[in-house]
Amino acid sequence: MSNLRSNLTSDHNVKQLDTERILAEKAAEREALKESRRKERAEKLKERTYVEEFDRGVYDIKNPNTYEIMLDKGLNEEIVREISSIKDEPDWMLEKRLAALEIYRELKNPNWGPDLSELNMDEIATYIRPKAQMESNWQEVPDEIRKTFELLGIPEAELDYLSGVGAQYDSEVVYHNVKDYLALQGVVYTDFESAVEQYPEIIQEYFGTCLKPTLHRYSALHYAVWSGGSYVYVPEGVHVDIPLQSYFRMNAPGAGQFEHTLIIVEKGGSLHFIEGCSAPRYNTINLHAGGVELFVKEGAKLRYSTIENWSRNMYNLNSKRAIVEKDGVIEWISGSFGSRVSMLYPASILIGEGARSEFTGITFAGAGQTLDTGAQVVHKAPHTYSAVETKSISKGGGKAIYRSLVQVEEGAYGCRSNTDCQSLMLDAQSRGDTIPTIILKNDDVDFGHEAKIGRIDDQAIFYLMSRGLSEEEAKAMIVRGFAEPVAKELPLEYAVEMNELINLELKGAIG
Amino acid sequence: MSNMLEVSNLKVAVDDVEILQGIDLEIGRGEVHVLMGPNGAGKSTLARTIMADPQFEQVEGDIYFEGENINEFSTDERAKLGIFLTFQNPLEVAGISVEDFLRTTKIELTGEDISVIKFKRELKGHMQDLDLDQAYAERYLNVGFSGGEKKKGEILQMSVLNPDLVMLDEPDSGLDVDAVRIVSETVADFLSDKNKSCLIITHHSVILESVKPDFAHILIDGKIVKRGGPELIERVNDEGYNWIREELGLEKVHDEVLD
Repeated sequence: MSNLRSNLTSDHNVKQLDTERILAEKAAEREALKESRRKERAEKLKERTYVEEFDRGVYDIKNPNTYEIMLDKGLNEEIVREISSIKDEPDWMLEKRLAALEIYRELKNPNWGPDLSELNMDEIATYIRPKAQMESNWQEVPDEIRKTFELLGIPEAELDYLSGVGAQYDSEVVYHNVKDYLALQGVVYTDFESAVEQYPEIIQEYFGTCLKPTLHRYSALHYAVWSGGSYVYVPEGVHVDIPLQSYFRMNAPGAGQFEHTLIIVEKGGSLHFIEGCSAPRYNTINLHAGGVELFVKEGAKLRYSTIENWSRNMYNLNSKRAIVEKDGVIEWISGSFGSRVSMLYPASILIGEGARSEFTGITFAGAGQTLDTGAQVVHKAPHTYSAVETKSISKGGGKAIYRSLVQVEEGAYGCRSNTDCQSLMLDAQSRGDTIPTIILKNDDVDFGHEAKIGRIDDQAIFYLMSRGLSEEEAKAMIVRGFAEPVAKELPLEYAVEMNELINLELKGAIG
Repeated sequence: MSNMLEVSNLKVAVDDVEILQGIDLEIGRGEVHVLMGPNGAGKSTLARTIMADPQFEQVEGDIYFEGENINEFSTDERAKLGIFLTFQNPLEVAGISVEDFLRTTKIELTGEDISVIKFKRELKGHMQDLDLDQAYAERYLNVGFSGGEKKKGEILQMSVLNPDLVMLDEPDSGLDVDAVRIVSETVADFLSDKNKSCLIITHHSVILESVKPDFAHILIDGKIVKRGGPELIERVNDEGYNWIREELGLEKVHDEVLD
C-alpha cells in the first residue's frame, strides 16, 4: 500500500486527500448505521427468549400467482429470445444465450451425486418467462417466513429483497452512496444488465470464459436464461476497503435464481465481495442456478464470502469458478444452509506461478436435506498453493456430503495442497460423508488430506451441562465452536447472523 | 441440621454391569470428605453419578441434596443447585474463550447479569491465585491447554462459579510440585468458607495436607468398605489397601502402585 502511494503523482495526491476525507465521512456514516443495527438486533435478541420450530411446510404451498400466458412447456428458443429482447441486449449476448440453450438440451443430469429427478423443468421454464406475474409484496409472504426474518434480525432493506418485493427498498440509498464512494477510486460496481450495456467490450471478453456453459447442464441453463447479478471491476492497485454486498441491488426478476456475477480484480488490487445473506429466501420456483466468474490478476486478492440459506424446497445448483494469475489470491468463505438439495463446489484454477486458493466452508443439513458441497482446485502452475477447510453438520436425518477435487497438472511442480474436512453428526440418523478426488500428475507435490467424521460428544455435552448450561445451549455451544473457523472469517454482522441461524436450526432439532 | 448431600443404597451400572453396589454417603455442611481406593474401584463413577453423567445408569437408591431428592434432576439442574464436579480430563470446546464461557455460565447459574468489567476484575483475581497468566482468559476453553492448565482451569471454574458442594476428581494428578501446591492452597482457601462442602478423590497426600479432610471413605470393588478420620488416611498412605482387603477376607493385590 505504501509503495503504491509513493508512486502516485501529485495530482493523484489531491484526489487521495479528497478520497480520504470522504472515506472518513463514510466510515462515520457506516458506524452510525452499524450502531443502529446493533441496537435493533439487541432489541430483537431480548424478545428471542423462546423459539418454536418453524413450520417448514409453508414452503410447499403452490405459487398462487397466475401466469400471463403459457405457450409451450419446457424451455424453448422463444423464451430465451424474449428474455433477451426485454433486456434490450446486443446480438452477441442473444447468440450466447441461444448457444447455451443448445448445449443445455444436449446435456443430461449428472450421473453422480444427489437425485435431481424431481426438478420440474416445465415449471421453471414458465417462471423465467419475463412477463410472468412475479411481483409479490411483503404482506403476501407467509407469516412464518416473516417471523424467521424478524428472529434473525434482518434489517428492513434485506427483508424486502428476501421477500421478493423487489425494487423499492431503503437500501437503494445506501447502495448509491457506496457506488459514489467507489467511483472515486475507479471501481465499477453495478448490476449485470447495466454492465452488458455500459461495458460491452469487457463483458464480451470475459463473459463465459471462466465458467463455461459446457461445464454441466445447469451452467448451460444458467447462460441461456441468466438474469440479474453483479459486475465488479477493481482497477490496478486499488484496494477496496469496504466489503461489497450483493443484496444491495439484486432486484431484477429472476435475480437470486439465475444471477450472473462477474468480478475482475486487476493487478495488485484487492476486494472483499459478500454474496447472499442468512435468511431463507422466499422463491416461487425451486431451482437456483447462478453463475459466478472471478478473475484474479497478478498479485491481486479477492475474498468471496457467501452465506446462503434457501427455503426447504430449493434445488441449489450453483456454479462458481475463479481464475487466479501469478501470485494472486482467491479466498472463498462459504456457508450453505437450507435447500432440499445443494450441489456446490466452488473451483479455483491456479494458472500463474505462486497463485493461492484458500477455501473455508460450512454446511448444515437438517431433516430431509442433502447438501453435497465442497471445493475444487486445479494447480496449473508451479509453486501454487491451496488450502481447503470445511465443516459439515448434519442432524435429524440430514445428509452432509463433502465432495472435492484437487488436481495438480504435469508442469505444476513444487505445489502445496492441504485439505482438512470435518463432519459432525448430531444424532444417529444423520449422515456425513467425504468423497475426495485427488489427481496428481507430477511427484513434486506436498499434499495433505485429513478427514474426520464424528458424532457430537456426549461427554462434552455433559461437561458443559455440569457448569449449568442446558442441553440445548451445550449443544449449540459445541456446534458454534465447530463452526467458529468459518464464523471468524465473516464480517461481524454475518457471523452473528450465522450463529443465530445455527441456534434456530438446533432448536428445531432438539425441541 | 440435615446433610448437604445424602446418598443412600446407590447402585450404578454401565451396560448392565454393576459398578457401584449400594453406596451410602453423607456429607454435612462445612465437611471435607476424601474418597480413596484403588484404580477402578468406582470413585469417579460415584462423583459422576452425583452429577448425573448420562453414561452411568442409576439402577437403585437415592440422592438427596439439601434434603431434596434429586434422582430425576438433570446435570444442569444439579449444577444450579450448587453441585460442582471437576473433571479429570476436561473437554475441549473451541470457539468460546475461558472468560466468555465462565461469564455465560455464571449468569446462567445466578440468573443475574454481571458487567463485563466487574467480571473481568473478579476473574483476574482468581487467575492470579492460580498463577495463570492473563492470556489464559482469552484462549478457547481447554483447547491446546497443557495438562496443568486444564487442571488449574477446573479449579478456576470452581472459584468463579462458587458452588456449595465441590467434588474434586483427582485435581492433583499429573501436576508438578509447584502446581500441586498452588491448587492445594486455592482449594483449601475456598473451603475455609464453612458453608462449603467437599468430596475429594485423590491418590496423593500433598493436597490432603492442605485441605485437611474430616472423613475418609475407602471404596473397593464398588463398595465403601471402611470409613474413618485422618488416621485412616495416614494408614492408607503408608500401607496401601491390602490390610483392608485382609480384614475383609479379600484376595491381596501385590503390584498395587502407591504414590
